[in-house]
Amino acid sequence: MAFLIIDRRQQGKQKSAVNRQRFLKRFKKHIKEAVTDAVNKRSITDMERGEEISIPKKDISEPIFHHGKGGEQHRVLPGNKEFVRGDRIDRPKGGSGGGGGGEASNQGEGMDEFVFELNQQEFLDFMFEDLELPNMVSKQLKDSDSYKLVKGGYLKEGIPARLNVVQSLRGAKARRIALGGAIRREIRSLEEELENLGEMASERRLELEHELERARRRLNHIPFLDDFDLRYNNMIQQPTPTTSAVMFCLMDVSGSMTQDIKDLAKRFFVLLHLFLKRHYEKTEVVFIRHHTKADEVDEEEFFYSRETGGTVVSSALELMKTIVQERYPTDSWNIYAAQASDGENWADDSPKCSELLTKSLLPLVQYYAYVEISSGKEQELWRAYGSITEQFADRFAMRNVKEPADIFPVFRDLFERKPA
Amino acid sequence: MSKLIAEGSEWTFQALEDFDREIGRIASEKYRLDTYPNQIEIISSEQMMDAYSSTGMPIGYHHWSYGKQFLSTEQRYRKGHIGLAYELVINSDPCISYLMEENSLTLQALVIAHACFGHNSFFKGNYLFREWTDASAIVNYLLFARNFISECEERHGVDAVEALLDSCHALMNLGVDRFRRPRPISPETEKQRQKEREDHLQRQVNDLWRTIPKSEREQEEDFPRFPSEPQENLLYFIEKNAPLLEPWEREIVRIVRKIAVYYYPQRQTKVMNEGWATFWHYNLMNDLYDEGLITEGTILEFLQSHTNVVYQPDFDSPFYSGINPYTLGFAIFQDIRRVCENPTEEDKRFSPEYAGADWLDTVHHAMANYKDESFILQYLTPKVIRDLKLFAIMDDEADSAISVTAIHDDYGYRKLREELADQYNLSQQEPDIQIWEVALRGDRSMLLRHNQRDSIPLDDDAAKETLKHMHHLWRFDVHLESLREDKLHRVYHCTDEKVWVDAEKGGQPEKSP
Repeated sequence: MAFLIIDRRQQGKQKSAVNRQRFLKRFKKHIKEAVTDAVNKRSITDMERGEEISIPKKDISEPIFHHGKGGEQHRVLPGNKEFVRGDRIDRPKGGSGGGGGGEASNQGEGMDEFVFELNQQEFLDFMFEDLELPNMVSKQLKDSDSYKLVKGGYLKEGIPARLNVVQSLRGAKARRIALGGAIRREIRSLEEELENLGEMASERRLELEHELERARRRLNHIPFLDDFDLRYNNMIQQPTPTTSAVMFCLMDVSGSMTQDIKDLAKRFFVLLHLFLKRHYEKTEVVFIRHHTKADEVDEEEFFYSRETGGTVVSSALELMKTIVQERYPTDSWNIYAAQASDGENWADDSPKCSELLTKSLLPLVQYYAYVEISSGKEQELWRAYGSITEQFADRFAMRNVKEPADIFPVFRDLFERKPA
Repeated sequence: MSKLIAEGSEWTFQALEDFDREIGRIASEKYRLDTYPNQIEIISSEQMMDAYSSTGMPIGYHHWSYGKQFLSTEQRYRKGHIGLAYELVINSDPCISYLMEENSLTLQALVIAHACFGHNSFFKGNYLFREWTDASAIVNYLLFARNFISECEERHGVDAVEALLDSCHALMNLGVDRFRRPRPISPETEKQRQKEREDHLQRQVNDLWRTIPKSEREQEEDFPRFPSEPQENLLYFIEKNAPLLEPWEREIVRIVRKIAVYYYPQRQTKVMNEGWATFWHYNLMNDLYDEGLITEGTILEFLQSHTNVVYQPDFDSPFYSGINPYTLGFAIFQDIRRVCENPTEEDKRFSPEYAGADWLDTVHHAMANYKDESFILQYLTPKVIRDLKLFAIMDDEADSAISVTAIHDDYGYRKLREELADQYNLSQQEPDIQIWEVALRGDRSMLLRHNQRDSIPLDDDAAKETLKHMHHLWRFDVHLESLREDKLHRVYHCTDEKVWVDAEKGGQPEKSP
C-alpha cells in the first residue's frame, strides 16, 4: 500500500488571510460603524485591543433559491416516544428552539447576528483609516540630516579594521586553484608516467623525478595569500528619515474646566497619541497644563489634579516654546501639538497667544490642533485663533467638540487625508 | 505483547506509519477495500480552520465568502461552541487526508481507518464519484482555476471578478446536468482549448443575436422557440448563451460550474459516505484489537470516540439538528451485515434479495451502486427504524395541526422508508427551476419556471436576491414563474431598476412548447 505522510504544520498558516481581508473590505461600512461605536464607548486606557464585531446575518447572506414556508412538508424524525399514526400535534410556536428544532430546519434564516473578532491590528486600521498625519512628507528622505552606515558590498582597498577575512580567503583559494591547475595536471601526468615506467629505463626515471620536483616547487611558489586577494567591507551612508515624534498636550485646568470636559480632552489626546505611536518608532509626550501659569507635569497629574484660578493661555505656549528649544531640536523631532480648552481666556491675553503661535510656534511644529470643548457659542480663544487658520491652513486646525460622540469624527476630520 | 504498535496517547510519525501499514493490510486482504494511494498531512488547528473555510479544497481561488466562513469558524471555535473535525479528506488521487496534530494516538488511528481507507475506498468505488469526478485531475484543475481567476483580477479588477463570482455562487447548485454525465476535466486540455473556445463562443453568441431585418410577420411565424427545451443547467446556459458576457467571464462561469459538478456526488452521498467510513473504522479497529496490535485502553478510548460520533439526539432534544448521517449510515451498514449473517423471519420477508447472502459482497455492492436516496430505499430495515424510533410527520399549510403519518410499526416501515429516502433526494430538497424561454427577438428577457413540489413555494426574499444575480449574468430582464399544480402562484421579476414579486393565484401559464 503506497502512502505518504507529510508534516504541514510549519507551512501555510495564513492561507485564509487574503479571503479574510476581502471579507473585511466588503463589509467595511458595517465594520467601521461598529469600530466608531467602540471607540466612543471604550475607556481610554483600553484603546489598543481587538473588538467583537457583529453584522446582521441578513446583510451578508449569500442567496440561493431555496424553499420557503408553506405547502405540504413531509419530514422524518428520530426518537419517537408517544406518538402513534394519526396523532395530531399543535404547531410549535415559531422561532423557539428545543422541541421545534426539527421543524425549523428549513427556515434557518433567523435574524441572528454574524459575530466575529477583529484583531487589534485590524481594529486600529479601521480606526485610523483614511487619516494621515499632515506634513509628514516634510521630514522625509530628501531633507533629512541624519545618516546611518549600512553594509554595501566589498572594496579592494580599505583600512585593516574592515578587512573581510572570509571574502579574502575565498578569493585567495580561488586564485590558488586557478593558477595551480596546469601545474597539478603536469604533476599528475608525470607521476603516472613514473609509475608505469617499470624497473628498466632508469635514465628516463631520473629525468622524470627531476621534472616532478621542479613542478612541485613551482606549485609551492604560488602564494597562499596575495595583496589583491584582500577584500574590505564597504560601508555606505544611507539617509534615515526622522522617526521620532514628540507630542505636546496642552490643557487648561482652570476652574472653568470640569472633569467632564477634561475627560473629553483626554480622549482626544489618547487618539492622537495612539496615532503617532503607529507612525513613528519613538514617540514622546509632554504634558503642559496651565491656569494663570503653566507647568510641565506627568500624565496622572495632567488629567486628574484640579486647580482653580484664572486662565492665561499664553503661559503654556511660552513654556512649550522653551521646552522645544531646550530638548527637541526640529531637525530630529517631528513636533505635534494639541491644545484643549474650554475657550475661556483672559481677554488681553488672546492677541498675545495668536502672536506667539504665528511667530514662534507654528514654524516649528508639524501640526497644531486646537480643540475647543464647549456647548455654548464661540469663546474668546476661538475668535483669536480664527485668523490663524487661513494663514497656516496646512498645519493649524481648530474644531469644536460638544460631547463624547463628537471626539472621533472631529479627530478624523482634523487629520483627514487631504487630496495631494 | 511485542506486536503492539504503540502505547500511550502521544502519536509519533513511526506510529502513524505502522497504523497505516497494518490497517492497510487488513483492509485490502480481509475486506477487499480498493483505495487510491494515501497522502496523510499533519496540520494544526488553524490550518484546519483554513481547510474548513475553503470547503476542504486544497487550493481555492480568493473570495470574500471563504473569509466569512473562516471568521465564523474561528469565532465559534474560540468560544468553544464547536470542536473541529478530527480529519478532512479530499477526493483526489492520491487521496489527501488532513489529520489534526492535537489528536491522540488512538484518534489518529481511528482517523486513518475512517478517512484513508473508509472514505478513500468510497471515492474510488461509488458510481457517482466514478462518473462525475476525476480524482487524478482535480488538484491541477483547481490550480488552473485559481491562476486564471487571479489573472482576471489583475486585468479586470477585483470588484468585477468578485461580483461575477457572487452571482455564479448563487446559482452554483443549478449548474449541474443532473441527467447527463459530464466529460472528465483535465487542466492541460482545458488550457489548450480555452482560447479556442473563447473565440468560438464569442462568434456563436454574436451570430445568435444578429437580427436580419426580414418581413416581420413571416419571421414571427417560423422563428423557433429558444431554448427548444427547458434547460435545467442554468450556469451552462449562461456560459453558452448570455449575450453580453466577455470571454473571461464565460470562463469563470465555467470554472464555478466545474467545481459544482465536483461537489455534486458529495451532496448526494453524505449518509452513505459517512456510514461506510464509520462502518470500516469500527471493524478495522476491532480487528487491530483482536490481533493484539492495540491495547485494551486504546480500544476503550476508541469506543468512546466512536460512540460520540454516532450519537443521535432525539427530535425533542435541545441538541437535535437533523438526523446524524454517521448514525444512520453506520446503522444501515451494520444491519446489512446482520441481515446477511443472521437473518430473522422478518428480514427474509422484508429483504429477501440479500438475507443470508455473503455480507462482504453485499456491502461492497451497496457502496458501489447507490446514492443516499436509493440506498435508504433499498436497505433501511425495520430494525433500524425501530432502533432509531423514526416517525414521519406532515405539515400541511391548509391544516391547523401537524399530523403523524407513520411510526415504527408494521404499517409504517415501507412508508418511512420512502419518506426518508425522499428527504435525501436532491431534487426534493432543492427547488426545481428551469430556463423556460428567452425572448430572442424581443427585449431579450429570460423566463424561468419553478414547479412547486407538494405546493412548497420559494422563499420570497432569497428568490428575489438570487434573481438579481441571474440578472447580473444575463444582463437583461429576468422573470421567474412559480407554478403550483400548473397554475401560476407567484411571479418574480427583476429589471435593471428593481425586483418585485406578483402573487397571481390561479393564472394560466404559457403552454408548453
